[in-house]
Amino acid sequence: MTSARDDLFANLRRSLSVTGTERIRVAEVEERLAEAPLGVIPARGQLDAAGRLALFKAMAEAASATVTEVESPEAVPQAVAAYLRDHNLPATLRMGSDPRLAAMPWRDTSLEIASGRSDGHDLNAISHAFGAVAETGTLVMTSGADNPTTLNFLPDNHIVVLSAADVGGDLESVWPKLRKALGKGAMPRALNMVTGPSRSADIEQTLFLGAHGPRSLHIVLVKDAASAG
Amino acid sequence: MSAVSTSPQFKRNAHEALRDANLQQALGMVRLGFIDKRQAVVDKLPEFDALRDSAREIKNHTLAHLDLYLERYEKKVQEAGGQVHFARDAEEARGLILEICRKAGAKTVTKGKSMISEEIGLNAHLEANGVTPVETDLGEYIIQLRNEGPSHIIAPAVHLTKAQIESDFRRVHTHLDPTRDLSEPRSLLTEARGVLRQKFLAADVGITGANFLIAETGTSIIVTNEGNGDLTQTLPKVHIVLASIEKMVPTLEDVSQILRVLARSATGQEMSVYTTFSTGPRRAGDPDGPEQYHVVILDNGRSNMLGGEFQDMLRCIRCGACMNHCPVYHAVGGHAYGWVYPGPMGAVLTPTLIGVDKAGHLPNASTFCGRCESVCPMKIPLPKMMRHWREREFERHLMPAPMRYGLGLWAFFARRPALYRLTTRAAMWSLSKLGRSKGRFKSLPFAGGWTKYRDFPAPQGDTFQAQWAKRKRAA
Repeated sequence: MTSARDDLFANLRRSLSVTGTERIRVAEVEERLAEAPLGVIPARGQLDAAGRLALFKAMAEAASATVTEVESPEAVPQAVAAYLRDHNLPATLRMGSDPRLAAMPWRDTSLEIASGRSDGHDLNAISHAFGAVAETGTLVMTSGADNPTTLNFLPDNHIVVLSAADVGGDLESVWPKLRKALGKGAMPRALNMVTGPSRSADIEQTLFLGAHGPRSLHIVLVKDAASAG
Repeated sequence: MSAVSTSPQFKRNAHEALRDANLQQALGMVRLGFIDKRQAVVDKLPEFDALRDSAREIKNHTLAHLDLYLERYEKKVQEAGGQVHFARDAEEARGLILEICRKAGAKTVTKGKSMISEEIGLNAHLEANGVTPVETDLGEYIIQLRNEGPSHIIAPAVHLTKAQIESDFRRVHTHLDPTRDLSEPRSLLTEARGVLRQKFLAADVGITGANFLIAETGTSIIVTNEGNGDLTQTLPKVHIVLASIEKMVPTLEDVSQILRVLARSATGQEMSVYTTFSTGPRRAGDPDGPEQYHVVILDNGRSNMLGGEFQDMLRCIRCGACMNHCPVYHAVGGHAYGWVYPGPMGAVLTPTLIGVDKAGHLPNASTFCGRCESVCPMKIPLPKMMRHWREREFERHLMPAPMRYGLGLWAFFARRPALYRLTTRAAMWSLSKLGRSKGRFKSLPFAGGWTKYRDFPAPQGDTFQAQWAKRKRAA
């Protein structure tokens, strides 16, 4: 008896009238995987650094995220404390072991900091973004102890720190950066693209924020990335 | 056996749908909810049409090399510590998933929205074998409470009104205060969030579908707005991805192209809230994520579509734009189609998956207005493929006898132009005399199917061909 796998591939190849060993086909596939050609890149995101930041901010806000800009990483804790205070949220915050977050002066605030993954009982969490896409106002988050994936989804309020230097114009700008960080063909366990807080329109096509993920998404954009460490 | 089909009784389903007041009220919102939103966001992206072409070419290339990309994908998943399982049909897929659940000692399974899961009838199978499936997408959760199938591929509960959902929540959530206020959709959403949060944290296995599989990296992608798919796949110790063979794309660059047309076509968003790329299980040092990562890849008749006249259908990315723009779907809703996939894409896909003998009515449920093809992000020639099915249905003698005889009679005259002209002139002349007083007929022999619902206008005395000839002479 043939296995399901063998049978499935045999059927595929019968339908395509191929054997799977044709050198031209194999070469075409290898070439595409190696070169990863770009397709159509919208003009929208093809801007200078200042233009990309302005577009990112506008698109993120259009997706119901909020954005604060600060001049340096040292200013992040005060900005976060102010955000929580202004929204009548408790002065608690959970974070992973990201060295960029760890280097910030959290002691200058009265925030109660917890570390590690979320078990679903945190109201507020903070993560550091891997990058962002101006075209759509999208944050790019990568999994690991630095920034646990659960922090992106379980807390009611998610705060994300983003270095201005990490904001790319288009979706495709993420991939060379990722390949440089991890190697060609490698991915983090989870890469989360996040565009605004969670929502659902499943009841009578009426859109409401705060489905299963965070009810609010706040982005702290750090203009001076040089001293981020 | 896959999900149970009522497609053979499409006509009866459609009649019932037209008489269902709740359904008609809910369908009114489909027209308003999707079409304008899509158009607004498409208008903001000048490259949208070029991206559709790009997306089509990517899928065409992938389908032509599907065996090779699947092999590469399998290898990359294994390198990342995941397991790939292949299933030829629904029964094999259900068996594989149940086995993984049993090995994990699973009692409850949370689920992200997956049309493939509906296609293989997974929930009923898990339940029959002592594993409780919990749908976590709000729309899927609602229809699970009602023991119904989805009526739309991205908005499963689109056929329901707020009042119907409120009464279901009151019926099922008996642990909550019966006097609570659920009059606003927001309070329904908050209640579902609270109920499902506990289920997410307690589940042993999480099952999601996949919008795409990437060969370059061995990655599966889910695209959602609620965040339920991410909680489903992040919290339990086992994550099972259920995907069909045509979800494949070669590279991260390729999927970026298609993502641009997906969200815009589906919900009129620039980008969905969560686009999640998953590659293998939890890694050394990871504080969260599943310990096991399985991918079940389903064929279920799709490999037979390759290389034939229905191959283009395998480009479909399940955005739902075709049904959102379909006058037939607007009139009867998704359940009338009688199986998992409704609307124009369902009319083409369903006969390939369950047989034209069962689903032959569906390709006939079309006005051939062409709107589905004009909005399809993958430029799938849906009307052309519905015609292919009609031809096959005719060849296989599956049409009802009166229709076959009628077409045969028409063919007899069409091959004899002089006789055709004579007969039609005589018919038009006599009909125009008979109907002169009122200008229309309330009933006509052999045309009861028409006159049952509307009057038949009386001809004006001459055939089209005769008028055409007269005008040419006059010119």
